[in-house]
Amino acid sequence: MVGIIGYGAYIPKNRIKTSEIARVWGKDPVNVEKGLGVIEKSVPSIDEDTITISATAAKYALKRAGIEPEKIGAIYIGSESHPYVVKPSGSVVAAALGCEGELRCADYEFACKAGTAAIQNVMGLIEGGYIDYGIAIGADTSQGAPGDALEYSAAAGGAAFVLSKDNKENIVTIEETLSYTTDTPDFWRREHQHYPQHGGRFTGEPAYFKHVGTATEMMMKRAGITPEDVDYVVFHMPNAKFPMTMAKKLGFSKEQIAPSLVVKEIGNTYSGSSLLGLTAVLDIAKPGEKILMTSYGSGAGSDSFYMTVEDAIERKRDLCPKTWEMVHEKRYVDYATYTKYRKKILMR
Amino acid sequence: MSVPRFWREIPYRYRLIGSYCENCKETFFPPREICPKCRRAGNIKNIKLEEEGEIFSYTVIRTAPPEFNTQTPYVVALIKLKNGPLILSQVTDCDVEDVEIGKKVRMVFRKISEDGEAGIINYGYKFVLAE
Repeated sequence: MVGIIGYGAYIPKNRIKTSEIARVWGKDPVNVEKGLGVIEKSVPSIDEDTITISATAAKYALKRAGIEPEKIGAIYIGSESHPYVVKPSGSVVAAALGCEGELRCADYEFACKAGTAAIQNVMGLIEGGYIDYGIAIGADTSQGAPGDALEYSAAAGGAAFVLSKDNKENIVTIEETLSYTTDTPDFWRREHQHYPQHGGRFTGEPAYFKHVGTATEMMMKRAGITPEDVDYVVFHMPNAKFPMTMAKKLGFSKEQIAPSLVVKEIGNTYSGSSLLGLTAVLDIAKPGEKILMTSYGSGAGSDSFYMTVEDAIERKRDLCPKTWEMVHEKRYVDYATYTKYRKKILMR
Repeated sequence: MSVPRFWREIPYRYRLIGSYCENCKETFFPPREICPKCRRAGNIKNIKLEEEGEIFSYTVIRTAPPEFNTQTPYVVALIKLKNGPLILSQVTDCDVEDVEIGKKVRMVFRKISEDGEAGIINYGYKFVLAE
């Protein structure tokens, strides 16, 4: 069975507080914080983008995997903020890791679920016998229009995974994966547009809850499990409210979802969101424990994964910085600095 | 910087690949084709340099070239790598007053510059404070 032999996370150090954004737009900070459950969000430095975030996370993943970069047969990066429209992020990351050459590579897009789609595609290549090792990455430096509700949560970060088959180096085995997809236009960004648009409340019931809920229920049915059989559940985190409501609706407890809820302190990292939830869980999970993760991408679809934690986790997790450590390593920027970092100011 | 020139320098800019002379045991960065010490007697090999080091000296840039003027003030430092020579690099993600000679640093992969709004994006090494 295909499993993850190495994982890595990366979260930029800069944070802006929800209250600072609310101050600029004349909103009540307590209301906004309470509504989203997000107290601050990560902001990429002026020299960070999806490529640098992916390269850093993948470097950690390779270190935990303990294999030579030349052995990597595929790199797929899922993101909605690839720095180039034409020219892959993956080839830059491959060069940064030292795995250029015989390599399958393409960039993926599916709103916030392109990273989990990348995992599924690497799994397919490994199961099909085309490659022995592959890297799947989900990373974003997402943007919300100034003053838009999205601005309080659109954040930056990413996670990378090295996958392999029947390997005693597995830190988790992926028991099952499936997807659920419909044409649901809840969030989009047209060509040449700087900021995305969204359907407001339409992003909830018919979009996030329908897809995450259906995919998770399909997975529990296929794997023959109930919420009680799972130790940790991870959902896509557009804010803290949605995944907590979803967990409750499906019968999961607060304890099962809490370890993954990095969104409260870093915001929605889009393609990195559910995957950073997963890396946070891998930092603490014990061998034999079960993880259920379901991503969500607007437009819309969900990928669900059912995983078993393996013994190798114990000797690998301390090799690289942990997710919650990165969440807590921060420096605050004010709104003016944030607009400069995110290129929201019209320059000469 | 022209695209081909940047492209030629990718191994050393992305992964800190330097040169090592097996004759005089010296390490060089940027990499050299010929050992500047041994000349013809030298035997140059590529070597991956350590990604950790310490600040040997530094300066604070307050008036920058146009492509860097959104980053001022920023630190450019001479960094003594663990197994290697002194290298020149920007120190990022820090307040300039936190930078001191002797402080430990580690390499990060960052965006160096952009050739305008439509041109190529140049990536490469920078360093961050490791303490």
